[in-house]
Amino acid sequence: MSAARPIATTRSAAGLPTGRLAVWWVVASEVVIFGGLLASYVMHRLAHDAWAAQAAHTNMWIGAFNTWVLLTSSLCAVLAHKAAEAGDGRKAAKLIGLTMLGGITFIIVKAFEWTNEIHHGFTITSSTFWSFYYTAAGLHGLHVIAGVVIMGIVAMDARRNLELHRVELIGIYWHFVDIVWIFLFPLLYIAK
Amino acid sequence: MAHAPVAHHEAHGAHHVEQSFWNKYVFSTDHKMIAMQYMFTGMFMALIGGFMAYAFRMQNGFPGMEVPGYGLVSPNEYNALITNHGTIMIFWVAMPVLIAAFGNFLIPLMLGCDDMVFPRVNRLSYQIFLLSAIVILASLFVPGGGFAGAWTAYPPLSAKAQYNLTGLGSTLWLVSVALEFVAFLLGGINFVTTAMNARAPGMKMYDIPMVVWMIVVASILFMASVGPLIAGAVMLFMDQNVGTAFFDPDRGGDPILWQHLFWFFGHPEVYVVLLPATGIVAEIITVFARKKLFAYKTVLYTVFATGVLSFTVWAHHQFVAGIDPRMANIFTVTTLLISVPIAEMMFVYIATLYGGSISLTTPMLWALGFIATFLLGGVTGIFLGASGADIYLHDTYFVLAHFHYTFFPIAIIGTYAGVTYWYPKMFGRMLNETLGKIHFWGTFISFNCVFIPLFYTGMAGDHRRIWSYELYPELFTPDLQAVRAFASIATVVMLAFQPIFIFNFFWSLRRGPKAGDNPWRANTLEWQAPSPPPHGNFAELPRVYRGPYEYSHPDRKEDYWPQNAQA
Amino acid sequence: MAEQAHASHEVHAHPNYMKVYWTLLALLCVSVIGPMFGIKAVTIATAFGVAAYKAYLVAKNFMHINVEKPFISYLVLTVVVFMFLFFAGSAPDVMKKEGTRWVKPSWVAGTAHAAPDVHGSEHAPSH
Repeated sequence: MSAARPIATTRSAAGLPTGRLAVWWVVASEVVIFGGLLASYVMHRLAHDAWAAQAAHTNMWIGAFNTWVLLTSSLCAVLAHKAAEAGDGRKAAKLIGLTMLGGITFIIVKAFEWTNEIHHGFTITSSTFWSFYYTAAGLHGLHVIAGVVIMGIVAMDARRNLELHRVELIGIYWHFVDIVWIFLFPLLYIAK
Repeated sequence: MAHAPVAHHEAHGAHHVEQSFWNKYVFSTDHKMIAMQYMFTGMFMALIGGFMAYAFRMQNGFPGMEVPGYGLVSPNEYNALITNHGTIMIFWVAMPVLIAAFGNFLIPLMLGCDDMVFPRVNRLSYQIFLLSAIVILASLFVPGGGFAGAWTAYPPLSAKAQYNLTGLGSTLWLVSVALEFVAFLLGGINFVTTAMNARAPGMKMYDIPMVVWMIVVASILFMASVGPLIAGAVMLFMDQNVGTAFFDPDRGGDPILWQHLFWFFGHPEVYVVLLPATGIVAEIITVFARKKLFAYKTVLYTVFATGVLSFTVWAHHQFVAGIDPRMANIFTVTTLLISVPIAEMMFVYIATLYGGSISLTTPMLWALGFIATFLLGGVTGIFLGASGADIYLHDTYFVLAHFHYTFFPIAIIGTYAGVTYWYPKMFGRMLNETLGKIHFWGTFISFNCVFIPLFYTGMAGDHRRIWSYELYPELFTPDLQAVRAFASIATVVMLAFQPIFIFNFFWSLRRGPKAGDNPWRANTLEWQAPSPPPHGNFAELPRVYRGPYEYSHPDRKEDYWPQNAQA
Repeated sequence: MAEQAHASHEVHAHPNYMKVYWTLLALLCVSVIGPMFGIKAVTIATAFGVAAYKAYLVAKNFMHINVEKPFISYLVLTVVVFMFLFFAGSAPDVMKKEGTRWVKPSWVAGTAHAAPDVHGSEHAPSH
């Protein structure tokens, strides 16, 4: 089949492995996506003092809990990278599994949080504050889900000591998703 | 350095695996086949975009008349035609052909490697692109027709179906553009990573051919600028379909935000398409003047500067939208500044030609045509970049003529230049020179006849996006209408010359004289591979010993010196 | 398989990940406690100052950006700067509620936060 890995992929004239180089470019392009959305949010938020009344209804404790969940999952991701680097694929796979658990927990908590908010009448069209809230957190959540799926695939290979370098790569992506939330938390939950 | 790859590849190039039709043509991961897929899709979409131009130009030049082959153009149909013409030409013709097709074909070959670094991602990016093309075409046939809110899709026109009258079409339009963005993000990562990492041993940064640099920088510009628009597209989608009010000033939103999100991308985007075309021209003029590029490093740093500066000029599209006049001042300054590096690149090209041994082959004619028309287009941009003059000129046909004088060289002239130049490498045959020259002159002259009159009508006050000037008595004079009609006839003539190229292209595939590996006697690595290159590209992956533009070197008997020639 | 052979992948020293983790948690607590003082400046400073520092810690220690090739840091910094550039170029317009010949009705009326409007109808601004 024509999908044999080409020589091109194994070269590294820039001094770092191709996969890692690519992931950093992915991170860079994602920074501008979230950056555009968040900059737009900040512009509106700063101009609409009245949004504070809406923002007061986000639950900071749930937000903080979710922040803790993601930070912990990031820890697991980097420990998985350490294990993979040492060649221990099974340990790396277990740690990725924990990372995935963190991601899934995050989504479940968010599902409850949103259901609760919608029941109280704070839907995506209630006010532009809520439109931004759901869109920003939703876009982030989609990235969490995508990350969990890819981690599952990487973990399956890692468990059999295959493609261990990918553990680090998905880790970099996951840390980026974590960093986006690190900023979303104060923006949506603290700055009221 | 990396000696091992050169050693253990040996068996690689001699791969003679018989592939099924599906694996070879449809599901290929070979960069050359994917390049062909992008090229043919782009050229097909060009026919559609061109037909749309024909229809609306006929309406504009001969209002109220039935357009042969189309019928009567209603006002909203006119809006849908101009919207989709613009969208298709930029996203489904210029970008796929200039970046995806040429980038895919040339980058691995010019860098001396066997494929892109991520062939399966490459295939995926084409598949997503193809899906996006299908969606935009589908949008033309849904109830209501294709989106009719202009390619810039400003809300509230684009957000509210009651205004644009094309509810379903506008959503599909948005979805197709978003898919196209994803495809090019994926493709861009492939190109950048390949160029950074997969170079042949011995190829230093300054040995990389200019067209590769240009395509790579274009990909980076795209990746760094499209994010806010993706965010904006999500917001617009929600406004269209979910009832949010991101851009609705009645409910806490701001339509100007969309404009900023759009143009923050939209301006770098024009450089995204300009740079590859400029790169193609650089390759051609050096070969057909037998002269090295006048100032390689200058051009390179200019390209970087242009790239960075391109992020600081965007609101010149919004001068009369009600933005803060102090911001307009700032953007005027940056806009006028950015004309400097680009003009400088053109001057470097002219300096490259000066004193060269010039052969006016078809590719060279296209390259020279690019320089001439792009310069004209560029200087007319200066008027628009000055916010004062723009107060009058904004949204007139002057703007339209300006950007066609830049986009046409980029997307059409640049494409023809590249195709006629690399055709021998792609297909192993030579195109017919006589037909090529007839096609060139026919297209070139008629193109000027279309758009120079439009500068005139623009200055006379012709507003853009007007279905018929019958509604504007002071503009609907016999003289002005005659000018519009002239431009429309020239459009038909221009389109009528294109079948010559199509015929030449397909006829030469079978009947053209066989091309050798290096019919143009060029230096870059793609010419040191067979024509067409096999799977794996090179029987033996090359090593590079010098830069790409060592033409007419005094110490050499031959007037060219391939990059991988040891002596 | 062979990809690690050529990549100059320096097996770098791993920082103490647990220590970084506890630091991150402590910072999280600071950002949660900050608003409790009720002083806006304190809230903002703790919330965003902490966020910035946390992001830096994650980037440095988890993503190992400091042992990566320098251009990676330049790349990420550049795109972040572009976001500030976007903000700087757009905010002066987006944050205004009226201009020379235009006005944003709901912004001026202060009803931009509009009470829950179930159907999101675009005509009547809930007043």
